[in-house]
Amino acid sequence: MDWVIEARELTKTYIMGEIEVQALRGVSFTVKRGEVVSIMGPSGSGKSTMMNTLGCLDRPSSGEYILDGESVAQMNDDQLANVRNRKIGFVFQSFNLLSRLTAVGNVELPLRYAGITQGRREKAQNALEAVGLKDRMFHRPYELSGGQQQRVAVARALVNNPAIIMADEPTGNLDSKVGKEIMNLLLNLNKELGTTLVIVTHDPKIAEQTQRVIRLKDGELDTIDENPGGMK
Amino acid sequence: MSFAQAIMEALESLNGNKMRSGLTVLGIVIGVAAVIAMLAVGNGAQASITGSISSIGTNLLFIFGGAPSQDGPPGSGPRTSGNNERPLTLGDANALLDSFAAPSVEMVAPAIQGNGLLTFSSETTSTSISGVTPEYSQVRNLEIAEGEFINQEHILGRMSVVVLGPETAIELFGHADGIVGETIRIEGQPFRIIGVLVARGGGAFGSEDNSAYIPFTTAQARLIKRSARDEVDVIFVQATTAEAVPSAVEEVSNIIRQRHRTPVGADDFTVFTQQDFLSIFSQITGVLTIFLGGIAGISLLVGGIGIMNIMLVSVTERTKEIGLRKALGARKRDILLQFLTESSLLSLIGGIIGTIFGWVIARIVEQVATATGNTFVPIVGVDAIILSTSFSAMIGLFFGIYPASRAANLEPVEALRYE
Repeated sequence: MDWVIEARELTKTYIMGEIEVQALRGVSFTVKRGEVVSIMGPSGSGKSTMMNTLGCLDRPSSGEYILDGESVAQMNDDQLANVRNRKIGFVFQSFNLLSRLTAVGNVELPLRYAGITQGRREKAQNALEAVGLKDRMFHRPYELSGGQQQRVAVARALVNNPAIIMADEPTGNLDSKVGKEIMNLLLNLNKELGTTLVIVTHDPKIAEQTQRVIRLKDGELDTIDENPGGMK
Repeated sequence: MSFAQAIMEALESLNGNKMRSGLTVLGIVIGVAAVIAMLAVGNGAQASITGSISSIGTNLLFIFGGAPSQDGPPGSGPRTSGNNERPLTLGDANALLDSFAAPSVEMVAPAIQGNGLLTFSSETTSTSISGVTPEYSQVRNLEIAEGEFINQEHILGRMSVVVLGPETAIELFGHADGIVGETIRIEGQPFRIIGVLVARGGGAFGSEDNSAYIPFTTAQARLIKRSARDEVDVIFVQATTAEAVPSAVEEVSNIIRQRHRTPVGADDFTVFTQQDFLSIFSQITGVLTIFLGGIAGISLLVGGIGIMNIMLVSVTERTKEIGLRKALGARKRDILLQFLTESSLLSLIGGIIGTIFGWVIARIVEQVATATGNTFVPIVGVDAIILSTSFSAMIGLFFGIYPASRAANLEPVEALRYE
């Protein structure tokens, strides 16, 4: 099987003052290449920690995590940065665009850190075209609507051809109509480019559009639901 | 990320917060401007003093009574009279004219000096009075604007005549021309004016413009009393050439030692050359320049701390941006480079503006000096410009290290969560 994500017995322990908090208590699951999965769970279930670990923003305390064939659990900071740059595209709830830069400038950022200079502008423009913002390339974030900003963020996430796109409540700051548009955009990209999509959400309507729903509870895997109604 | 990109991004970021960047730069601007201006003024002062010492003649020797002191030129303080010290006398001065014992000596001019009150009708002024011989005007390069200098006849006749410096003349008469023949009183005694000197500007040893010269014999007999017979305060000696100055010093010292019967090393007199004065004054102005530059350097340091302060604020403010950049694949050194570039650029820009500003200040000082009648040219050296500009960039780099490393070491998860 072609796994993009292989998580084995992941644990994460935070030390807050004198108390140890176990955010993850041995979670194992796998995600196929090209799959669309959602991660759900009430607050405190370890959802965010899972997202940070899968996104290589943080290391697990123990366990094994193989991302696109690379074992990343024991990597150092710079190696993790490199993995994030090449293999992961992030879409955040609050867009996280740099207001100083134009849309295309924001999309270029991952390419800058990848050390790409040749054809960088072109690649960024192609990515913006793919999300339907061809005519907004040189606008700054504050000149764009919320939906447009999130589209820029999506373009930024896919510009490096990542193995997976990690979306953390991608529709959380948008009204339902625009939220639906963004969801459709992400699902279409998955269909056209085959990019694996991991969406962290608490919204059942979002979750039911995905192929599998991974539910967490108290830092443990609760259930994994195959979703027959989800997109294939 | 390449260096050119880092600079472009830093410029974008600094441009995004113009007010803050401007105020931060101002600290460096003031520091660098102060350094440039202070060094320029210090160097200018040095050049000016050196110039005015050179103008008194390169082949001049000064002989003062009293043992050489460690502190500075004798005659500048009260004279210490040791047990066996003998004052310089006219006899000493005449002995120096021996062309066999002192072939390097061209001319000798003994003088006694004091201060006195000059009056003309209701005007009064206090000035330095020198009792001199005719040689004095040649040895000191004095130029007569009107009338004549003291001649041998005046000396022999102990005549009550006076040559005035132009400033003294203006003090008494309101003008310096057409006063030859007038009679003024010095310490109550009448003196006829026979000449007025050409204005020369401030010298290193008090202004020659503000003085009065009377025949040596007249001063000795009537105005300036000295305990020993024929005592003189200073003997000016002109060497044949500038190159002959060292041998002239040697010859003159030997003659006076013989006459005073002092062993070598226990001299009761001091010979100064113009070179000695030059080195003393360049020492003084050198210290002055370092002192001024040091004070200005402190303000540069304060500017640097200002940069650090602002960069720390900036790091805190942009925590989320740093988190995002890290999420997108920025490594530690990318973030480090970004913030170091910003801080160095800030101070480099400040350094360049400050250099221009310091140069302008130096020019203003020059204008003010010229307007008040002094010729004083501050010197802005290329070395000072290079020094202060590179120093300011270094300061930006140094004070940027701490904030930048703080930014680079932020945890991406926490930085992203920061609001």
